[in-house]
Amino acid sequence: MTPAELLRADLRLIADLVPEGSRVLDLGCGDGALLEHLRDRRGCQVRGIEISLSGVTTCARRGLPVLQTDLDEGLKDLPGGSFDIVVLSQTLQEVRNLRLLLAEMVRVGTKAIISYPNFGHYTSRLRLGLRGRMPVSETLPYEWYDTPNVHYTTITDFRALCRTTGLVIRQEIALRVRENRARPVRFAPNLRADLAVAVVTRAPDEGTSSFCL
Amino acid sequence: MAASASGPQTLVLEEAVRLACGRSLESVEVAYETFGTLEDAGGNAVLVCHALSGDAHVASGPGPAGSERPGWWEGMAGPGLPIDTDRYFVICANVLGGCSGTTGPGSVDPSTGERYGLRFPLVTIEDMVEVQARLLDSLGVDRLLAVVGGSMGGMQALAWASRYPERVNAVVAAATTGRIGAQAIAFNEVGRAAILADPAFNGGDYELDLPPAEGLAIARMVGHITYLSQESMREKFGRRLRDRDEHAFEFVSEFEVESYLAYQGRRFVERFDANTYLYMTKAMDYFDWQPPKSMLPRFLVTSFTSDWLFPTAQAREIVRVLLERDAEVTFAEIASPYGHDAFLLETERHGALVAAFLARALEDGRCLGGAL
Repeated sequence: MTPAELLRADLRLIADLVPEGSRVLDLGCGDGALLEHLRDRRGCQVRGIEISLSGVTTCARRGLPVLQTDLDEGLKDLPGGSFDIVVLSQTLQEVRNLRLLLAEMVRVGTKAIISYPNFGHYTSRLRLGLRGRMPVSETLPYEWYDTPNVHYTTITDFRALCRTTGLVIRQEIALRVRENRARPVRFAPNLRADLAVAVVTRAPDEGTSSFCL
Repeated sequence: MAASASGPQTLVLEEAVRLACGRSLESVEVAYETFGTLEDAGGNAVLVCHALSGDAHVASGPGPAGSERPGWWEGMAGPGLPIDTDRYFVICANVLGGCSGTTGPGSVDPSTGERYGLRFPLVTIEDMVEVQARLLDSLGVDRLLAVVGGSMGGMQALAWASRYPERVNAVVAAATTGRIGAQAIAFNEVGRAAILADPAFNGGDYELDLPPAEGLAIARMVGHITYLSQESMREKFGRRLRDRDEHAFEFVSEFEVESYLAYQGRRFVERFDANTYLYMTKAMDYFDWQPPKSMLPRFLVTSFTSDWLFPTAQAREIVRVLLERDAEVTFAEIASPYGHDAFLLETERHGALVAAFLARALEDGRCLGGAL
């Protein structure tokens, strides 16, 4: 297996969305797999933010500059406009103050790439709607009583959040993930995709009034 | 190859050292120790800078008699440890103004034949770095893989990056700050006031066997309080009494914490010079770091949750200005109950991070063909 194949499915897709040589910030970068890939394969200038010391240590071993920070505090140490791309991969559901973080992402970066599990997937709906049980799936693998997730969203809800947060979705890719292989979903994504990736920018000035920092 | 410690060495600088205050020092002696072997390309040299009360003996190791004595960063530096003396050529020198072999206020002024005392010029963190740079020149170390330090040692590491950016590949600054705040200056001043008020101080011209022991001990007691945390003091002492079950109703040392501080004070007087204490604390008070504008090395900045003397917010300030200059910086705040002392005690998790950072710096240096 090549290193690219070892990357989580959504990270592979995100990596393909990042132009070569970009300045990239990965929020919740974990062990730095995406950043290492972007640095070594795409010549990117990379930085990460990670809450766990073990993640920071692994990244240090990989030569990746990473700040141990709680994303709920925002990105106040980072100067505005210092990145081309800010990535938030499957971390959105664990962030408390998501609107603050989204605003921070488009402050420090030109584009934000966000991947998140889609709670609107039909199996989730069936499990909750028919069986009356909280959904558990490959992209949402936690039991309700033992989960780091504080927010659940659907593709439709995420679009609505962007609208009210002064963000514009430039690109949206809905995916069906099975055994770490991702296939695009074009028809009825909010029902059939279990993961979505959105490329987001700040709305043109007139749209930002609804949420300013 | 087995790592070997050099044991105590002394270098006499032939050229005078010009200081930040405008004065110069002739024939400066530098006490230092080295550990491990310098690679031919010179890419594995790590300078470790000590804190207020440290010395050149950073680690124990096989070497001349005395080398087996525990170093001040035991658990962090040594064979197989994060600052691995099997892989790196580790250098540690007593700082300028110190009292463990390097020229300081207790040394004899060659121009008068008498001890300097308070006639010794006020030295800065940058002056300490200058002397370390001269030492590296004499050891044939043009460029450092890394400069590593905690507390006042971290200040030196930061100052290295600014003064000699072309000679430093990586900086590890632990439990430190670019400038101490009013609170830390205040505690330093209490320590100095205790020394200056001791009748034995005599304007700094005391006999070495009749030092201002009371004043220095009190200074150390104050210092120790600032190195601990509320949590670690509660754990370590609580309100426990020592060697008694009831209060004595006398002004004697009763609580565990009292006897601990008294012991630390007494022990410190045996190994440390009061004048040096004045000079070191002043150097820390003066330190006001300006980051380098170009040729930035990579940085590892660490802080500890319960350290209120050099708090995380000050470490973050270092990180912030480095990010403004687009430096490669790794930052971690280690959860620890040990207060400022944590940088000496948390050798496991903090050590793992430092080890990872240094190992990568070494590899990257080798990728460049050893042309560090």
